[in-house]
Parts: sequence; structure tokens; C-alpha cells
Amino acid sequence: MGAGHAHPLHLHRDSPVHRLPPQVKIVAAFLGVVCVVATPREAFPVFAGYLVLLLGVWVAARIPVGWILRRSVIELPFVVLAVLLPITGPDPRIEWLGMSLSEPGLLGAWNILVKGTLGVLTSLTLAATTPMRDLLVGLQRLRAPALVTTIATLMLRYVDVIAGEARRMRLARVARGHDPRFLWQAGATARGVGALFVRSYERGERVHLAMLSRGWTGAMPVLAENRTTRRDWATGLAPVAVAAALAVTGWVIA
Amino acid sequence: MVTMVTAMHMSDGLVNATTSLVFGAVAVVGLVLCLVRARADLDERTAPMAGLVTAFVFAVQMINFPILPGASGHLLGGALVAILVGPWVGTVCIAIVLLVQALLFADGGLTALGTNITNMALIGVFTGYGVALLLRRVARRSRSGLVATAFVAAFVNTVIASLGFVIEYAIGGSGGAGLGTVFALMVGLHALIGVGEGVITAATVGAVAAVRPDLVYLLRGTATPLVRRSAPATPAAGGAA
Repeated sequence: MGAGHAHPLHLHRDSPVHRLPPQVKIVAAFLGVVCVVATPREAFPVFAGYLVLLLGVWVAARIPVGWILRRSVIELPFVVLAVLLPITGPDPRIEWLGMSLSEPGLLGAWNILVKGTLGVLTSLTLAATTPMRDLLVGLQRLRAPALVTTIATLMLRYVDVIAGEARRMRLARVARGHDPRFLWQAGATARGVGALFVRSYERGERVHLAMLSRGWTGAMPVLAENRTTRRDWATGLAPVAVAAALAVTGWVIA
Repeated sequence: MVTMVTAMHMSDGLVNATTSLVFGAVAVVGLVLCLVRARADLDERTAPMAGLVTAFVFAVQMINFPILPGASGHLLGGALVAILVGPWVGTVCIAIVLLVQALLFADGGLTALGTNITNMALIGVFTGYGVALLLRRVARRSRSGLVATAFVAAFVNTVIASLGFVIEYAIGGSGGAGLGTVFALMVGLHALIGVGEGVITAATVGAVAAVRPDLVYLLRGTATPLVRRSAPATPAAGGAA
């Protein structure tokens, strides 16, 4: 069974962005989103500026725009109901296409929609350019406590164990004459959730012992001895500087 | 007036920057405390359990559905981790789930991480554990007692954790909604989620307790100690103790 070395949101490419050290990318993504959230919601052109900035990063990282947009539907459960805000919000109201819409509601919906979307696009860019393993190494280099990286590593490894064990249990049910349809599987899966947990634990215990016997000490081994240079930081933080400038512009014009 | 925001997982921009910062600080302080205490709880046997519980909660949290603008609802897993690995390791586990979701899967906002960790990891896990501690006598008496404890702890944890959201929203919400309605909506919705959460928690804890009761944190110290009975010494027994 395959170990989890890739995640579905990673795009395997070779580009300057992919080559940047992971800790630089984590810091840059975080600071970028902080700038977006700190921007006043009335500064409409500034948000377009953020989007152009992200487009620039995607070009540099050779990520097709369609690829990233298709994956941004993750955000839907968060923002789909923002549509309700203009209809249910407080007065004053404005007329638009025969509908009476609340002005604060419209602004509130815009605020959630635009900031949420830019945040998701930023995280997706980070995920697309950084494999899971590097992300853990990045957290390690950012001095995340050893306990955190240990549990995170085991967790990412065990997601595959649980998925594999769930697949085996499903196969066993089908082999015994179970006829799973789309939603009806849910009942059987839910009833088997305890068994799934115990089976996964027992397999996971063996996986853990195997890792220990191969020399795992709780930290990800550093395979490539690439030192992070000041230039890496400068390259990675350049888009953040642009984002910060945009945020300041937003405060001035709003 | 109709409300618009409630529930668990928040996205970026739902509360203002100051509130994000304040709760970021709350989350960091709480996590550092938990990390210090967690170190003593984690050994060769419990490390895989912590990893598995984290992966399990991660998988369960993937199923989420919109509740209201800027927020989605899903199962939390706070009581599950509290009962299986204890509150200190458990809080760290949930915080890791939230961190990985924010970094890798763009689930929840990066700047909302502080508020999300405060609600789901700190408030959620410790509420679940508190309830479990209160009911510990019942839980240790029988397995059905443990299952019932797990259910109640999970239910209370879900409802209380969602109250954390109301507080944050009251302090720095960026939508214009009435607090009373936010409160009412939330208790209703999270009572529903809490029942689902309770069922899954009870099933999981019950299964683990049936096979490996030694792994359940809440049951620590209840195992009957091994009694050595000296057999009449015969040469054939070969000194088996």
C-alpha cells in the first residue's frame, strides 16, 4: 500500500516557486492573507490588485489558472450562503433589478466573499507548490514544537491507513452480498465506524513500529542540505511587500 | 432582523483583524500550555493513537456543509480525542487538524486559525473532557456507562464550542447581525450536529474500550492489577510464575 507522499492539491512542476524553501512559502502565504483581511472592504480596486498579484505568482509557478479555479470550489460551503446577506440584511435598502437589497448586507456579503476567496486562492497556491513532506519540514524549520510535527506526520501517514482499511471493509461487505448504493453505504459505514477505528489503530501500530525500526525519531529527516539563503527570503517575501503596499493603499483610499 | 452568521469553521474576513489577533494570542498561550503537559502523556504506545485520532478527526471534519455565510458546520471530535488521548494531547491533535486544513486544503482561513483553534481545540476539548470527568464514575462502572458518557460529552462539547463563536462574533463580527438570533440559531443547529457527533463518538469509544481498554485515557488506572499467585512448586512446572 502506498504511503502518503502526495496530496490531491499538489501540482508537480518545477518552477522558482516550487523550489522556494517551504518555510518561506508558509510565512509568505500567511502574511499575504493577513494583508487581505486587514484591508477595508470598501477599497474595491485594491482587491483586484491582490488578484493580479496572485495571477503573477501562478504564472511564475506555472500553475494553469483553470486548474486552481476548479479546486477553489472547496470554498463553496463557506460562502454559498453569503447570497442571503443582501436579502436579509438591515436598512438602508437599494433597488436593483426590481429587488430590494440591503446595503450593509451587500457590503457584508462582498467582504466575506472577496476575503474568503483570496484566502482560499492563497492556500491553494501554497498547497499546489509544496508537497506534504516539505510542508512538515517547513513547519519544523519554523521551530514548530517537535510534538506538533510528530503528530502531524503520523496523522498524514494514517489518513492513508484509514482510507485503505475503509476500502478493505467495504470490499468485505460487498463480498458477503452487501449491495451498496450511493447513500445506503453511509449507514453501513457509520455502523462500522468503531470497527474501522480499531482496525486502523492496529494497523497503525504496526506502521509506527516499522517507522521506528527504520530509524524514525519523530522528526522528518532532512534529505537535501539546501540552506535557505537571504535571497530565498527576499524572493518569497517580495509578493508580500506588494500585498502590504496594497493594504496601505486600501486604508488611504477607503 | 434575520441573522446571518453562526457556526464553527470560520473563513478569512468573518471577524475583524483585531479580533483575529487577540484570539490568535489566546490560542498560542493555550497551545503552549497543552504542549508542555502533553509531553508527559505521549509515549511509544500513545503516539500512534494520537496520530490515528488526529487522522480520524481530520477525515470526519472533511464532511462539512454550509450553515450560514462565512461559516460551515461539521463534526468536531473534541470529546473523542479528550476521552481517548486526554485533554492535553487532544487539544494539540485538534489544533493540528485545523492547521493542516488551513495550510493544505484551504479549509477555514489562515487568519481565522486563532479563533478556530480557540473554539474547537481549546473550548471544545476541555468541555468534552470536563463532562467526561464529571461522569467518570459512570464511565468506569460499565461499558454502556462509558458509551453514554461519550455521547453526553460529545453533545455538550459541540454546543459549548459553538458558543465560543458567538463571543468572538460579538466582539468583532464583520456582518451586521443580532446576537440574540445568532445565539438561538446556533444552539438549534449545533444540537443537531451534537447528536451526530455523540453517536460517532460513542460508537468509536465503545469499540476501542471493547478491544483495547488500555488505550482509553479516561479509563487509566482502572485495570485490575495483575495478581501473581504462587503455585505449589513442582519440578514439572518449570518455575512458571
